[in-house]
Amino acid sequence: MAKRLLTSLTLMATMAAGASFADGHIAGAIKARQGQMQLYAHYLGVLGGMARGNTEYNAEAAQAAADSLLAVASISGATLWPQGSDMDSVEGTRAKAAIWENFADVGAKSMAVTTAAANMATAAGTDLESLRAAMGDLGGTCGACHKAYRGR
Amino acid sequence: MKRLLRLLCVLALVGLAIFFFVTRPAQVDVAQFDRLTPDAVHGKDVFHAAGCASCHIAPGGEIGDAPVLAGGQAFASDFGTFYAPNISPDTVAGIGGWSIEDFANAVQNGVSPNGKHYYPAFPYVSYAKITPQDLVDLKAFMDTLPPSGEANLPHDVGFPFSYRRALGGWKLLFAGKDWVVTDVATPELERGRYLVEGLGHCGECHTPRNALGGLNRSAWLTGSVLPGEGKVPGITPSALDWSAEDVAYYLESGFTPSFDSAGGAMAHVVENMSKLPTSDRDAIAAYVASLP
Repeated sequence: MAKRLLTSLTLMATMAAGASFADGHIAGAIKARQGQMQLYAHYLGVLGGMARGNTEYNAEAAQAAADSLLAVASISGATLWPQGSDMDSVEGTRAKAAIWENFADVGAKSMAVTTAAANMATAAGTDLESLRAAMGDLGGTCGACHKAYRGR
Repeated sequence: MKRLLRLLCVLALVGLAIFFFVTRPAQVDVAQFDRLTPDAVHGKDVFHAAGCASCHIAPGGEIGDAPVLAGGQAFASDFGTFYAPNISPDTVAGIGGWSIEDFANAVQNGVSPNGKHYYPAFPYVSYAKITPQDLVDLKAFMDTLPPSGEANLPHDVGFPFSYRRALGGWKLLFAGKDWVVTDVATPELERGRYLVEGLGHCGECHTPRNALGGLNRSAWLTGSVLPGEGKVPGITPSALDWSAEDVAYYLESGFTPSFDSAGGAMAHVVENMSKLPTSDRDAIAAYVASLP
């Protein structure tokens, strides 16, 4: 009797924990994709600093940052967004469940980011004006996805 | 006894008369639109600054250059769920048949062409500050947009909030106010105030509301919590450590100073604000930076 009670209590505790804490595989994917976002922010910071005139324009540094940004935008997302890693299922993420219901649209929006990053890679080393123009598109494509698929 | 009853009846009638008088839907003075020439090109700037498309575009729709303002988006609140109506120029399903008087009464007084109060999910308290010229320009631009035959969805609002006449009382308490910032030292600050307090209606989300849903103007732009949207940050200098340049660049690009990018409802706002002249974004930033 006591053993059965213990078993069911353990089971219940496991189920309750499962509802709010991600398992290792999901937690790892969330960490990894947040890392990707951090890298975006880092290289965008280098480019944006020049675009805003906070740092002096340097063609070489701009090119390096833009190439890195494109590399970050080109990594495979296939394993970064596992089913069950949305904000309703686990803690520590703002990814809306709608992502998994609109995969085609998410794919298109992610493709737009890659295209904008590729344009930046062509523009950044040319001159400051080109860099500034490419920055607008990057902001728009980042925002398009966050508008629809990132919660608070 | 009979006399007392009669007195009570008279008092009740007087009370009702007062109630219906103070809650009556107000009407604009149409003379202010006389001799104004509508400029649809400028109306496009007014349209983006006012953010009309963010709420009135179909759910998931793209704004683009000529948005279809079919309505249908749901807005949760403490009083029920509101559905944005069709404001495309369709003469049946939309507002294509409206006169400038109808349009002004709706946008600035929150009153429909048949004299009903609109719910303040529609930010007419802010829009009351729109200048007559901007208003005619706005209508002229909206008349050029594609029509949609989409029918309006009824709001999901329970009693007592379903009794629209009572909104007249709400307006008495919370509408028709002066500017929040009464002193503006420069034309740029004045323009910024117009954009933030009026057209851009920033306070509708960034200012906390009281139990009756009125804006707490003494906590102007200090942040709020919205059902369905979550925590809305304060944007005053004491709440947000951004320079005026940071604010202007955010409205242009969607990038925060740490190069995170705007999400949720604010991404819509950035989409609109990025289409405005640089001087307008700078004016907004200057106004925000001037707050306590």
